[in-house]
Amino acid sequence: MSHRLPLCRVDRETHKAWLCQRLICEYNLCIKKMGEIEDSENRRMVFVTVGTTLFDALVRAVDTKEFKQELFRKGYTHLLIQMGRGFYTPTKSEAEDGSVAVDYFTFSSSIADHLRSASLVISHAGSGSIFETLRLGKPLIVVVNEDLMDNHQSELAEELAERKHLYCARPRTLHRTIADMDLASLLPYPAGDATPVAKLINRFLGFPDD
Amino acid sequence: MEINDENLFSISIVIIIGLIFISIVRVIYVIYQTGKPLHSKSQKPMSTLIVLGSGGHTAEMINVLSALQKDRFMPRVYVAAATDNMSLQKASVLEDSLVDMNGGKVVSAKFMQIYRSREVGQSYITSIGTTLIAIAHALWLMIKIRPQVILCNGPGTCVPLCVIAFLFKVVGIRWSSVFYVESIARVKRLSLSGLLLYKLKIADQFYVQWAQLQRKYPRAHYVGSLM
Repeated sequence: MSHRLPLCRVDRETHKAWLCQRLICEYNLCIKKMGEIEDSENRRMVFVTVGTTLFDALVRAVDTKEFKQELFRKGYTHLLIQMGRGFYTPTKSEAEDGSVAVDYFTFSSSIADHLRSASLVISHAGSGSIFETLRLGKPLIVVVNEDLMDNHQSELAEELAERKHLYCARPRTLHRTIADMDLASLLPYPAGDATPVAKLINRFLGFPDD
Repeated sequence: MEINDENLFSISIVIIIGLIFISIVRVIYVIYQTGKPLHSKSQKPMSTLIVLGSGGHTAEMINVLSALQKDRFMPRVYVAAATDNMSLQKASVLEDSLVDMNGGKVVSAKFMQIYRSREVGQSYITSIGTTLIAIAHALWLMIKIRPQVILCNGPGTCVPLCVIAFLFKVVGIRWSSVFYVESIARVKRLSLSGLLLYKLKIADQFYVQWAQLQRKYPRAHYVGSLM
């Protein structure tokens, strides 16, 4: 019994110190988080994605001075490029006065996160990429790859552009699209519905309608 | 002996002509019956083959499946190209979610891979050999599965399977219903696989996702967008 008290005191002391440390830690974390939130409020990121394709013409087009200037003029602060199988590597740069910060990577399993945190998406014409972006309600510019032989994919982008769900551009005209675009005029894309197909299949096979 | 031989010859000619005639009549009958709704108001579930394309095609097919009553379309067999790992993975995620919904009851679903007749960039000479292998493999799979319902939406992988399904109808091995959904990416023209299945009347029902396509191909059904 006699040796319990001093041990207890030591315990209390270390506990106090530990509590103090934790408080300081949490305070620091809080400060940091607040900074991040402020940062993300001012941060307007443009995400460029080519999916699994090789589309160097697009990567080159977004790496030009005039394109980046146009982005800065429109109030964007960051440019993130997913370059896929491309050989052309864009130049990385930090954010400075009068220019956007540029970063790139080849592939990532978290494309969805990048799409979500983007203020504007510039994508190749693959239907998967197009509909994923539209479903997130993000403004989208689709750039058609003119080097592809069987280019039926431009059909989809052009049709959706006609319906005002997105902008359709070519690598060479992309900076002009940025300059001329009015994101407020884009219409939200209504979610798809597979029930008409299911109903027709059921009816054909003689299953009763629900 | 000579007369006998002649008789034998003419009899065999008659038999061959007869067989050809019968098979032509049968083919015409099958083409005529294709696209006609099934009359049996049966409530029995139907074995279903689901051909997964890749990327966007698979995403569209998964949407179709989530709208279908799973207790009517079973057992289900999924087929994807051997080079396409993602599609079967997505299908098994869907099937797993069904297991969870049924409270852990195992749903009968199978996953199979099929050889593609031609990979992107493969030369045409070697693709003759690979096409033959692909057809033999497709035939083997179809003999094993013998589905009553085939759901497909391109690209090329589904064509040999659908052609074999047509031959099964002609021979009388299995009467199946083929449903083809053209991809949303096709706005003005059908894809090559779509065009084949439409023109040869192999698909019982043909769905398109754009109204202007339906006007161009009147036998198609316009179903709005799946995505």
